[in-house]
This record gives sequence, structure tokens and C-alpha cells, in this order.
Amino acid sequence: MNFDLTDDQVALRDGIRALCQGRFTSERIRTGFDQATFDELANTGVFSLRVDGFGWADAAVTFEELGRAAVPGPLVWSHLACGLVDGIATGLAPSRPDAPAFVEHLAGADAVLVLDDNGVTRIEPGALSDATILDWPLDPLTPMHRIAALPTGERVAGPEVVDEWRRGGAVLTSSFQMGMAQACTDAATQYALARFQFDRPIGSFQAVKHILADMVVRAEVARAAVHAAAVTLDDPGVGDIDRAISGACLLAGEAALKNAKSSMQVHGGMGFTWECDVHLYLKRAWVLNTAFGTAAEHADALAARL
Amino acid sequence: MCPPTLPQRMDLRYSEIDEAFRTELRAWLASTLPELASPPVRDDWPARVQYDTEWQRRLYDAGYAGISWPKEYGGRDASPSEQLVFLEETTRARAPYVGVNFVGTLHCGPTLIAEGSAEQKREHLPKILRGDEVWCQCFSEPDAGSDLAGLRTRAVRDGDHYVVTGQKTWCSFGHVGHFGELLVRTDPDAPKHRGITWLILPMDLRGIEVRPIETVLGSSEFCEVFLDEVRVPVENRVGDENDGWRVTNVTLSFERGTAFVSEMVDALRLAEDIASDVQDVSERRELAHIVAELDGLWALTKRNVSQAARDSSPGNGAFMLKLAYSEARDRLGELCMRVLDRGAFDVHDERVEERLRTLSIPIAAGTSQIQRNIIGERLLGLPKEQRWVSS
Repeated sequence: MNFDLTDDQVALRDGIRALCQGRFTSERIRTGFDQATFDELANTGVFSLRVDGFGWADAAVTFEELGRAAVPGPLVWSHLACGLVDGIATGLAPSRPDAPAFVEHLAGADAVLVLDDNGVTRIEPGALSDATILDWPLDPLTPMHRIAALPTGERVAGPEVVDEWRRGGAVLTSSFQMGMAQACTDAATQYALARFQFDRPIGSFQAVKHILADMVVRAEVARAAVHAAAVTLDDPGVGDIDRAISGACLLAGEAALKNAKSSMQVHGGMGFTWECDVHLYLKRAWVLNTAFGTAAEHADALAARL
Repeated sequence: MCPPTLPQRMDLRYSEIDEAFRTELRAWLASTLPELASPPVRDDWPARVQYDTEWQRRLYDAGYAGISWPKEYGGRDASPSEQLVFLEETTRARAPYVGVNFVGTLHCGPTLIAEGSAEQKREHLPKILRGDEVWCQCFSEPDAGSDLAGLRTRAVRDGDHYVVTGQKTWCSFGHVGHFGELLVRTDPDAPKHRGITWLILPMDLRGIEVRPIETVLGSSEFCEVFLDEVRVPVENRVGDENDGWRVTNVTLSFERGTAFVSEMVDALRLAEDIASDVQDVSERRELAHIVAELDGLWALTKRNVSQAARDSSPGNGAFMLKLAYSEARDRLGELCMRVLDRGAFDVHDERVEERLRTLSIPIAAGTSQIQRNIIGERLLGLPKEQRWVSS
């Protein structure tokens, strides 16, 4: 058993991390997702990774790094659709037919993909003429359109692809969330070392230190769970895929949310400003907790496997 | 040991060697467990000692005792992943818990292997493995709990002996142990970590009084040990005089490796067992969260084991297991109480007794607060809190 990153995965992780540190700085991501972002990521192979022969575990390692940098965009959809859609893909995976329908990053998308139990439907973005953009979206880096009714589209894949996308989308989303949880830990730790009150770094106070320790543990346990889910998706013989994936989503979703809030608390007043990045992580965490299954849906799915 | 070749991908597959070991172990458990008498009642200590040490002897005869110990000391020298298989299979098969052999096989044995003299190893290691010797732990004191290095039990050299006077508490198996692992202060003037010595304490020496501690369960394996001018031979010292803190940390770092694996497997089994009794939607979701957490910790354990096989020491994850397990186990205990409702009034229900027993997990072997300090200071590099100065 080697349940740890291989040398190739370490190289992949370091490469994506270096790309993000160089190209997707806080300043850059605040300008939002655009064609140039897509092209840069596409040239690195982020979307074509699995088409090129890599596995879900490699994709998980990649998306963790994108999450660390909170790179905006319909990245999971574009990864899933690679090979089926030429360009930027966004999509919807409504869990209940009565749930309000929203599409992220509609402007600029080359295709909108809708998942239901019977298959994948492709809708041309131009066909969504009645879509209205939210002028004050929760996450400023995730533009949202509200959809009143979905037009009929073209069936482009069957139910077996839906199963794979639901699972893969959940793994990549949880990888991204776990990366965000790690970034929040790192930022809060740096701040706790640099910020002095009462003539000492606030990180020396146990009341602050213990918040940070809990953040470390949340991110680390979530990472192990996400990697286990990805490995199980690559190698289904080693365990219960859906139990592993729902567990990973529960832990990573919670880690992203709680670590963002903890980071805000450690940052104090600074954490409540627009200038400090922590609100971007918190808002993305809320948005992602609705993608590819909510916490309640994953909890119900996991409980059903017991 | 694992071959030093670099693996080609991240995986969760046990090797063929591991699976062969699992098959052999399963067959042995299937034929051996039905032969065991039913476990004795909780407070019948002579019967418990007999039951646990007989089990240890069976393990020894079958070649499973000292699963992680080196072969030259009679152990099996199993690879980290085989150790995982061993704990997984014995726990799942409901084999007897390590019981009174805990301190000997998991604490003192490894300490003697690392730091003991040839004579000490020859004298004690085979007896520990065979279940002929029971050991107890004499570390904590009434005024030295989280601050263990502040211990004050005094040992004064008198010729070939140390004369030991003081009080120990939370001594696991103190009333049934033949020997104790004893920490004493040999240099009261040195900085606190540098004046401690590790001694083998024969529990039948004159001047030792043992009193059981009544815990929230009503009784327990824990004792207070009073030492009044107890004469311990100098040859019972493990490591150098005043070097006992380092010797102790050999044991403590060992404890962090796989100490919680059987606990975790057991908790997962309990969670799966109660699933059919959990009907309410919010409670089912709470159960799912707990299982997700335990599955995550199990995955983290496998990561540690993989890193240990490669780097010969578990990674940072080992520091986190105890803290995270404590929290998950508490949630599971509370869920059991809610699900049992008024059925929880009777402690004879195993799940209620377990709820009471597991209250100790966030306290024993380093409280959750101490764990958070360790994570914050060693992993994140945060400064220690300033010393308290009396005003």
C-alpha cells in the first residue's frame, strides 16, 4: 500500500502551485474568470488531464492547488466536459426538480450542460435568453444567472456518463474545497505570527493557537478522505465508492467553511474587510457547498450505505 | 519490510504479502476464538489477569505476539501495513483486547528494546511477550499531569540502590502489575526535563502501597501508588541517570503511531451496528458525519502507515489522530445516548458503558488542549505562551 503522493504527483502538485503563485495572485483572481484564465489553465493541461491518461487522484491533486489559490471559473465543469465540449463548459446538476436553477459563469461559456438521471444534455448559452444575472452575487468571483425554464437541448451522453460526472464532480469539488481550507489555515497562521497585541504575537495565545490547530486537523483529515475517494474512483475494488465520496464531500465542505470562518476570526477586524481575501474563500465555500450535492444530500447518501 | 522501490501511483491496495497474512490470521482467529472461555466480569481482577495473559500466551504460541517488535527480541517484525491488518482483523473478529498486557507490550517493551541493557532485555522481554509478566505505568502524579516533567517523586542514591519516596496516580493496572515503569526525580536542582530517571519498579518491594481509583465507571484499571522509602536497585535504571525524559519520549512517540487504530476500528463497528436503530433524519445525518470523520481518520492512518514504511517515522498526521478521534468518539457516544433514549438508564447496555469509558479519551495520554498546543507549536511553529509569573 502506498497511500501517499507519488513522485509524479508531487511534481504535478508543485507545478500547479507554482503556476498559481505566479499567475493567479490575489490581484489577478479578483478580476474574475475570463478566456485568458481558461487558456492558461488549458495550456497547462488542467482540463485535459484525464483525457491525457491521468487518473482522478492526479486531478484531485491538481484541483487542490486551484482551490488553494481560489482560482475562479467553471473549472470542474470544464474538466468533466473536456473531450465533449470544445472550450469553456458550465452546467447544472439539479438534485431536485423543484430547486431554483442557477448557472454560474454563463457569459463566455461555450456550452451549458445539464445532468439528470437519464443523461447529459447540452444547451447553447444563446438559448438561455430569459436568464437574468444576479447584480449582487454572494461570491463576487462567481457570477450567477437565474434560469426560469430550461430550453430543450441536445442529449450528448447517457446515464453512465452522468454517474461518472456526479462522482467525479464531487471529488474535484471536494479537492478544491480542501485546498481552500488549507489556504485559510496558512493565511491565518501567518497573520497570527505577524500580528502583535499585548506585546506578543497573537499566535502565542492558546485561545488563538487552538483555533489554528483545529484548522490544521480539519484540512488534513479532509485531505486523506478526498484522496481516498479519488483513489477509490480510480480503483473501485478497494472500497465503497459512494460512501468514500460522500464522506469526502462532508469533510471537505465543512473544512472549507469552518476554516474560512476561523481564518476570519483570527484576522479580527481585518478579516471583515473587502481588502482581506478571507471573505472570498468563505463565499466560495458557501457556493461550492451546493455543487455536486449539498451536505444534507451527502449525509443522507452516506447513511443509506450503512 | 517494504521494498525501497518508488511506488507508481497512490493506492489503497494491500500487497499480496499483506493479504496472505490476513488470510492466515483470519483462519487462526476463526479456529481459536471459539475455544476461549467467556470474558470475566469487569471487577474480577484475578480472572481478568488470567484471561488476558492466557490470550497473550496464545498469541505468543501462534507467532503473533509483539507484532511490531524486532525478531531478535521474539517479535514478528511485521511491516506497518501488516500491523494495520493485524489490528483490523483482531478488532473485527472481536478478539480479546490487549487488556492487562497493554503497558508491557505497547509501552515498556518498546522502551526496553530501544533503551534497556542487554540484561534487562533478556530478563523482561520474553516474559512480557509470553504473558508471564504484567506491567503497570507509574508516570503521572497528583501535581504532574499535563505538566508531566514537573514530577516530584524523589529518588536518592544510596550505594547500589535508589531510595524512592513520593506518590503516583493514574497508574494503569497498578494493582495487578508485577513491574512498573517508574519516573523519578534524581536531580531536583537541574531544569525539570533534565533531572528525571526511568526505573523498573518491582511492585512487591517493601514500602509500596496501591489503592484503586474509583472512576466514573465505578471502578477501573487505574490506581494510586504510594512509595515510602522504596529501595530500587540501581541496575533497574533504564538509560542514564537524569536522562529519563528522553527515554520516556521514546515510548510516547511510539504511542502516537498506531495506539488508536483498534479504537477507531471498534468505533466504526459501533457506528455501523447502531445504524439500523437510528431513524430520525437529523440523527441519521449526524451518524453520517461521524462515519465520514472516522473513515477520514482511517484514511489518515493509512497515509501515516505509508509514510512510516517509506521514511521509517509516521508523518505529521500522527499528531492529529488523537485529537480528531477524541472528538469523533465523543459525538458517537452522544448519538448513542440520544438513540437509546431511556434505554440508556441501564449501564449494562454495552453502548452506555462505552459512552462512560470513552469520556476519558480527550483526557488520557495528553488532553485535547495539550494536543492542540503540540500541533500549534511543532507543526505551525507558533510561539509558546509566556510563562506565568506570580504577582
